[in-house]
Amino acid sequence: MTEGGAQLASWQSCVIEEIVQQTPSIKSFFLRLSKPFAHIAGQHVDVRLTARDGYSAMRSYSIASSAASSPIIELAIERLPDGEVSSFFHDVAAIGDEIELRGPLGGHFLWPEPAVDAVLLIGAGSGLAPLMAMIRQRHALKPAVPTALLLSARTAEDVLFSEELHRTEINDAAFVLALAITRESPVRASDFGRRIDGAMVQEIVARLHRKPTQVFVCGSNGFVNIATEGALLAGLDASIIKTERYGG
Amino acid sequence: MVTRGFTGRGSGGDQSGRIPPGQHLVENFPVLSAGPTPNVETADWKFTVKIGPKPVKVWNWIEFNALPKTKVTKDIHCVTSWSKLDTAWEGVLIEDILADAGLDHPTDFVLAHSYDGYSTHVPLADLLSGKAMIALTYAGKPLPRDHGGPARLLVPHLYLWKSAKWVNALQFTTRDEAGFWELRGYHIYGDPWREQRYTND
Repeated sequence: MTEGGAQLASWQSCVIEEIVQQTPSIKSFFLRLSKPFAHIAGQHVDVRLTARDGYSAMRSYSIASSAASSPIIELAIERLPDGEVSSFFHDVAAIGDEIELRGPLGGHFLWPEPAVDAVLLIGAGSGLAPLMAMIRQRHALKPAVPTALLLSARTAEDVLFSEELHRTEINDAAFVLALAITRESPVRASDFGRRIDGAMVQEIVARLHRKPTQVFVCGSNGFVNIATEGALLAGLDASIIKTERYGG
Repeated sequence: MVTRGFTGRGSGGDQSGRIPPGQHLVENFPVLSAGPTPNVETADWKFTVKIGPKPVKVWNWIEFNALPKTKVTKDIHCVTSWSKLDTAWEGVLIEDILADAGLDHPTDFVLAHSYDGYSTHVPLADLLSGKAMIALTYAGKPLPRDHGGPARLLVPHLYLWKSAKWVNALQFTTRDEAGFWELRGYHIYGDPWREQRYTND
């Protein structure tokens, strides 16, 4: 038995169709697949870059788009200090370039289908990418399950997909958005001006009006540890919390 | 396929023979796990060896630490593509645990189980002959929680998801039963030198 579709994922080439600067450190890359696939929100692809001398480098990136955008997928890539692959994407990659990737991969951090009960999403920085795929996937399903996103960012301009998130919040009564802004004061009264903690998670769960039955947390390991401790302090059970930690 | 304009950092000079295909060298020690980090106190810690559903022997922390200890320095390789060289561990070799339990070779396959419900499959042959241990220290210090403390399985010649963090049991099985990631699209064996990342690799 395999829960994910990873066994079918073979290498393919795709073409960069569009590049969008999303925040000062994150760009979105829209890639047209040569062998289209339908992924489950939360899955990732492995990207492989190869130099003329045969040296290759591989990294995993979460897919930020939902399956509805197939055969184009969106990757939101953050420039990492000294990042061998992320610097290539930020400084060298151009529209029309061919990139090699395989996917969809991953069989754990997956949007529940069918989603039947409230979901809590907690992310930081580019860790929003797989959660955004879930929000977009959820949007395609009617009626959409109550979902809350608690998103941590240094400043308002570091919030990835800010406009789309605010639009979703306005148009969808069952979607709760709260930002935890760590390096400046938040503009909205419903946002927080501090790092994520247990009281904050508790407050978001209260705004959902229902106890979530699934929790997804994505970000750096340090962030994920703080956020999951917050979720546990808020009375959520460890068994419903799925994490994705990046780095390395 | 050559990627236009990509040169890369290079393959790390004389280290190159130690980095499996598709891997890159890191100096830090990244942490990846599928759920919250469990908090297991050594006073509550227990380790069990089972054959099928039947427990054969259970050790508490003090009893387990009285078993013969071995130090190893190994290169480790994570399926997410990072490799780290010369990592130093101390723990109890699997054959020393089996000897203490009075076991030799009950079956060919093992499932390692962890406090957080995680599990992973390893053939017994890959756990013997000094190839694997239950590690209790890293770099001379008690194993940090983030890296699986108080104790983790260490099978450094396979991708690191086989080296189950927060391990609390080894279970002998008659078949090659898949564990957590092996059920979720990852390879049943996971040899980094053959790039066995996903199910059909």
